[in-house]
Amino acid sequence: MKVLVPVKRVIDYNVKVRVKADGSGVDLANVKMSMNPFDEIAVEEAIRLKEEGVASEVVAVSIGVKQAQETLRTALAMGADRAILIVAADDVHTDIEPLAVAKLLAAVVKEEEPGLVLAGKQAIDNDMNATGQMLSALLGWSQATFASEVTIEGDHALVTREVDGGLQTIKAKMPCIVTVDLRLNEPRYASLPNIMKAKKKPLDEKTPDDYGVDVSPRLSIVKTAEPPTRKAGVKVGSVDELITKLKDEAGVI
Amino acid sequence: MNFGLSDEQEMIVSTVRSFVENEIYPHEAEVERTGEVPPELADRLKQKVIELGFYACNFPEDVGGAGLGHVDFTLVERELGRGSMALTHFFGRPQNILMACEGEQRERYLLPAVRGERMDALAMTEPGAGSDVRGMTCSAVRDGGDWVLNGTKHFISGANHADFVIVFVATGEDQTPRGPKKRITTFLVDRGTPGFTIRDGYRSVSHRGYKNMILEFDDCRLPDAQVLGEVDGGFAVMNDWLYATRITVATNSVGRARRVFDYALNYAAERKQFGQPIGRFQGVSFQLADMITEIDAADYLTLAAAWRLDQGLPANREIASAKLYATEMLARVTDATLQIYGGMGLMDDFPIERFWRDARVERIWDGTSEIQRHIISRDLLRPLGA
Repeated sequence: MKVLVPVKRVIDYNVKVRVKADGSGVDLANVKMSMNPFDEIAVEEAIRLKEEGVASEVVAVSIGVKQAQETLRTALAMGADRAILIVAADDVHTDIEPLAVAKLLAAVVKEEEPGLVLAGKQAIDNDMNATGQMLSALLGWSQATFASEVTIEGDHALVTREVDGGLQTIKAKMPCIVTVDLRLNEPRYASLPNIMKAKKKPLDEKTPDDYGVDVSPRLSIVKTAEPPTRKAGVKVGSVDELITKLKDEAGVI
Repeated sequence: MNFGLSDEQEMIVSTVRSFVENEIYPHEAEVERTGEVPPELADRLKQKVIELGFYACNFPEDVGGAGLGHVDFTLVERELGRGSMALTHFFGRPQNILMACEGEQRERYLLPAVRGERMDALAMTEPGAGSDVRGMTCSAVRDGGDWVLNGTKHFISGANHADFVIVFVATGEDQTPRGPKKRITTFLVDRGTPGFTIRDGYRSVSHRGYKNMILEFDDCRLPDAQVLGEVDGGFAVMNDWLYATRITVATNSVGRARRVFDYALNYAAERKQFGQPIGRFQGVSFQLADMITEIDAADYLTLAAAWRLDQGLPANREIASAKLYATEMLARVTDATLQIYGGMGLMDDFPIERFWRDARVERIWDGTSEIQRHIISRDLLRPLGA
């Protein structure tokens, strides 16, 4: 079984994000970029499936600027077998919207015919949490989102999902799309031999035109703003005072 | 000229940095407090590094290493320099001098060291022989077919974890026009050899947990098979292999300076006095400008020296310059960072005081700043007959 893993190049999770002065978005000039952490978890899961003999090949795909090559090389260094880069933007500030990404991924799926798509549940830049679901709708495949455990059993996948208030296990018919959550696994470091091999692994470069997909934006960003700064707290003298404040001032009880 | 890193080098840097940040940083405070590395932690770190294929990455592939070049390895060491030396010791970079092993020495020392099965330590310094290596009194004399070692070595880093040590001792003296000159031979000595003891050294303010040990040889009998390289060939072995430790000190200093600088930069941006971040005051902001300029300069100086080694060009002076400049830069950067932190910088609630203490030894070990200046100036003046 072939596993397809979409990976996105995003602002590194350690970077302190700065909003651009005109409010059009986040400043990405000279900022450290890395693989979306949820995608890293998806790559790790795919490699584990390969090591267990469940998967036969792991293909990583990225859609975005040319520099996303580095992200794919990281996936290859972790252990993916080959990579596809769809260059869909020139400017690092251009974000390809989930629907366009899903359409491109659907086209890649038709070409590659994987048995499973493992994706991050969302990218940490825009937190859309939509691409996996849209891809499932476009392909007519079953989907299992927010996975914290994945087991492949023949023609179906047993997926434990992290839902509000607990865990839910569902049985999804293969081929399917699984979007992964934080607790599924702990991604490995790239090993030195794999880093050295990564350059030799195939990385195909494509464009949206190759797949006949229009990636022009359908959404417009009205405003990007810094989150409000948290005000200092107050110390209360007693439980009674706390309850009064929660009732009368905060209005939460 | 190309100042960029290759894709592989970028990935090596980011992998080693994540490893140090995730596997080393969380344990630093405990090592600092106790002065010890728990043995289970040491084993766990070592196993992870072996699995990642980074153990002994400075060794050629034909002996089981990763065959990294000098620039590649300098980048690895730069990122390791960020972390506590007591812990990064288990990232496993055996002394490359072990490449001088011959015949069955390869099976007993070189190959197990590269596989991470046996750890080594290098012993040169003595209480009476620091910069003056030839002043050593530790000696070996012939007795029957064997050698008998006597004397004391101190400041032997990592010997507490060593399964064997590589030790330099005097094996004779030559009369030269400039006075008597000692002949030196290198020996491989296993822990547990009768007449050889390893004991705790001094408590250093720098690099707590990275212990300096004292080695004592008391009629320690060794066969010829324990000689590394040629008898009386100790200086040749040193010259062939020991330049590497100086470039390591230089690049470690650069990595640590970058870590320290991030503390200074963020503190200058956050700490408010007189109604504004202290980074808005020129007295602080210009210090930051000087710090990053010096860090970059030391980084490029060190990488350029490593590049010369990769090209097979003479690099003795360049390595000495890198070691001198990078370690003195680290002293200035840690001191300025402490000044930016003010009183809190001296408190052990922050790691600043530790960086400041750790920085002090870098100007002393593996050739003091004065010895580096001597190497540099002799390299320039000797050709002129001066």
